Amino acid sequence: MVTFPGSLDDRDAQRAVRLAGGEPVALWHGDADLRGVDAVVLPGGFSYGDYLRCGAIARFAPVMQTVIELAGHGLPVLGICNGFQILCESHLLPGALTRNAHLHFRNRDQRLRIENTSTAWTNAYQPADEIVVPVKNGEGCFVAAPDVLDRLEGEGRVVVRYADGNPNGSVRDIAGICNERGNVVGLMPHPEHAVETLTGPSTDGLGFFASVLTAAVS
Amino acid sequence: MPRVVVDVMLKPEILDPQGSAILGALPRLGFDGVNSVRQGKHFELEVSEPVDEARLRVLADTLLANSVIEEFTLRVLP
Repeated sequence: MVTFPGSLDDRDAQRAVRLAGGEPVALWHGDADLRGVDAVVLPGGFSYGDYLRCGAIARFAPVMQTVIELAGHGLPVLGICNGFQILCESHLLPGALTRNAHLHFRNRDQRLRIENTSTAWTNAYQPADEIVVPVKNGEGCFVAAPDVLDRLEGEGRVVVRYADGNPNGSVRDIAGICNERGNVVGLMPHPEHAVETLTGPSTDGLGFFASVLTAAVS
Repeated sequence: MPRVVVDVMLKPEILDPQGSAILGALPRLGFDGVNSVRQGKHFELEVSEPVDEARLRVLADTLLANSVIEEFTLRVLP
């Protein structure tokens, strides 16, 4: 679990990892050492105050140089919200996240459809499963060139899609995507906020963290 | 000391909701006849001589602009 200056959801995501049966390890943006972890989560928040562009500065943090290198060798990496923005800025995932089309910060429980259950982070779900997790972003409008979108769709790399309404104007209702190998996944909604009924709308988000435990073992 | 000016704009095909919001406010303020607003970023860098414009372009392309959604122009001022 990487903490950048301005990360908000690192503690929640650590808790989600623990509830799923994993052992969270705190990583620091300024330290290139990943401490031998089996997977990396880039949490939500506003790294470096979202200065310049969301994720644009975090991309060059020392820890990201190691994450980028090991992601290329198959290390599972999940980027949630700001983490998704960092993955796009790092070119580990295609496209970009821009200002919500309606300009409003959107904060609500969101229904999502899982469209790819073969990634390191979604193998605990069944095809076409629908889950409800919080979404909360101001710059979550996913954009990419039409040929990139066609390739993503053709290769089954749209991992999650908004159902029951698109909260930010993302093209083709795309909520999350993965790289070609399926080890790097980014999504705007927050599965780590839906792991306990006391605080979340469901426990549907646990599947992301349970999935990577299976992926790490296999 | 030479100054370098980099202007970053969203590509024309990328929706600019901030520009649209500004455009929408203009008639309410009594400014008519504006047909489009696009919002961008303006950077001013002071650099040491000699100025390596090619290197500065790499800088702009690497950090100041995201080539997925943005394009930039770069000018070196004396």
